[in-house]
Amino acid sequence: MIEAKNLNLYYGAFHALKDINLKVAEKSVTALIGPSGCGKSTFLRTFNRMNDLIPGVKIEGDIIVDDENIYQKGIDVDRLRKRVGMVFQKPNPFAKSIFENVAYGMRVNGISNEKVIKEAVEQSLKQSALWDEVKDSLKKSAYALSGGQQQRLCIARALAVEPTILLMDEPASALDPISTAKIEELIHELKKKYTILIVTHNMQQAARVSDFTAFFYMGSLIEYDLTKTIFTNPAKQQTQNYVTGRFG
Amino acid sequence: MNHSIIKKITQAIAFNIFRIMSVILVAILFSILAFIVYRGASYITWDFITKMPEEGMTKGGIFPAIVGTLSLVAGSMIVAFPLGVCSGIYINEYAPENGFKRFIKLMTNNLAGVPSIVFGLFGMSLFVNTLKFGDSIIAGSLTLGLLALPVIIRVTEEALKSIDKTYREASYALGATKLQTIVKVVLPMSMPNILTGLILSIGRVSGETAPILFTVAAYFLPKLPTSIFDQVMALPYHLYVLSTSGTNMEESRGMAYGTALVLIIIVLILNLIANIIRHFLMKKIKHK
Repeated sequence: MIEAKNLNLYYGAFHALKDINLKVAEKSVTALIGPSGCGKSTFLRTFNRMNDLIPGVKIEGDIIVDDENIYQKGIDVDRLRKRVGMVFQKPNPFAKSIFENVAYGMRVNGISNEKVIKEAVEQSLKQSALWDEVKDSLKKSAYALSGGQQQRLCIARALAVEPTILLMDEPASALDPISTAKIEELIHELKKKYTILIVTHNMQQAARVSDFTAFFYMGSLIEYDLTKTIFTNPAKQQTQNYVTGRFG
Repeated sequence: MNHSIIKKITQAIAFNIFRIMSVILVAILFSILAFIVYRGASYITWDFITKMPEEGMTKGGIFPAIVGTLSLVAGSMIVAFPLGVCSGIYINEYAPENGFKRFIKLMTNNLAGVPSIVFGLFGMSLFVNTLKFGDSIIAGSLTLGLLALPVIIRVTEEALKSIDKTYREASYALGATKLQTIVKVVLPMSMPNILTGLILSIGRVSGETAPILFTVAAYFLPKLPTSIFDQVMALPYHLYVLSTSGTNMEESRGMAYGTALVLIIIVLILNLIANIIRHFLMKKIKHK
């Protein structure tokens, strides 16, 4: 279960997230939409404490992941990040082989049994629908892959450490339409096992892949409902204007 | 005259000035090289590079000076590379943005501007006298290492800075610590650029005379070093000796050109090796 309670976030004096309350449904896809600078990416990044890396960030309120407030003292952030995987906007595989990219998360978390690693790598690549394309070239550099393949590799890399939650920050925005379709298909498949939060600028994508949609505007959560409701019958005029493309 | 013709002429003049400047530069470099090859090539024989100097350095070879220079290059890199890379990592990755960091960076830049003779005097007073290493490979290597340090620090810092933060984030997002992220992700990606710094330093270190003058270089020592506490001859100093204070300067003039040519060839070979390694690493990490 994941939930944000009275969440406020400041970059120095800038109030970037204003009193957000949101409960995410398990094993489903929740899309975060809104115009640039509305705070949706910042919100996504509170769930694996990625904002910690930015100097001058102040966070108030609670983020609950699996009945635990992840901002309380004594939380092991590295362990949290194992449970909450992340996929980034631009495919960002490491300068390593395909195999070592997927194995990386396990290695840094102290798993050294090569047999276990090998099985997990294969499993993760199958889950990200990349296995058939790369099974004969696992030792090749990850940069030999196409952009779309690289992004699926990054998904496999995130899955290999067995998270329960997957954060996706505009995972298809740098990809061509065919690769995008593959990623969307994959998201559909993955939600059977994972709770997925996805930030997207693409309205159609949000409508296609998500079960729930949260609309953010200027740091506030304006509306949060079933995706169908948000796109066909939103409660707020602002939401209506945004999803129909009248602003943003 | 119409405006577009004026624009075209201005352009043509400007580009031709740039072109002439580049040609002049290349011509100067080539004429230096050609001059040394012309005067020195005939002295380069197998004996010249494998024999000891003889008869007041007017005959024989420069083998001990070659060995000396190679050991000083190796020694100084062993000193400067780890130290410089670690400092670069500290400055870019760990040091908080405050006055102390700015101070370190300012000092690093200043260090790069210190004349090499000052490094030589410093090395003599610290390594040779205070630490009692005497005139030795270790004292010379440490002094040359200090000289190379600022370049390696700066290059490391810049190389690390150029790695996009998305790679660090991806590593953190998998539960990696900062140290794991730096060692396993960021450092391998910056290695080609760091090696560029190493190449530059090797070139500089192998040609320096002043820092080794009081710390290691021997005027005439026709035997090979047996430990790091031995003195050695070195190519740049040998060249200096042959052309300013040899026993018979007219006789040894040709030897001097030969020595210069060998020094240039060694620097070129070292650069080539480092470039090959760099190219190999680049290929491994190239990101489209």
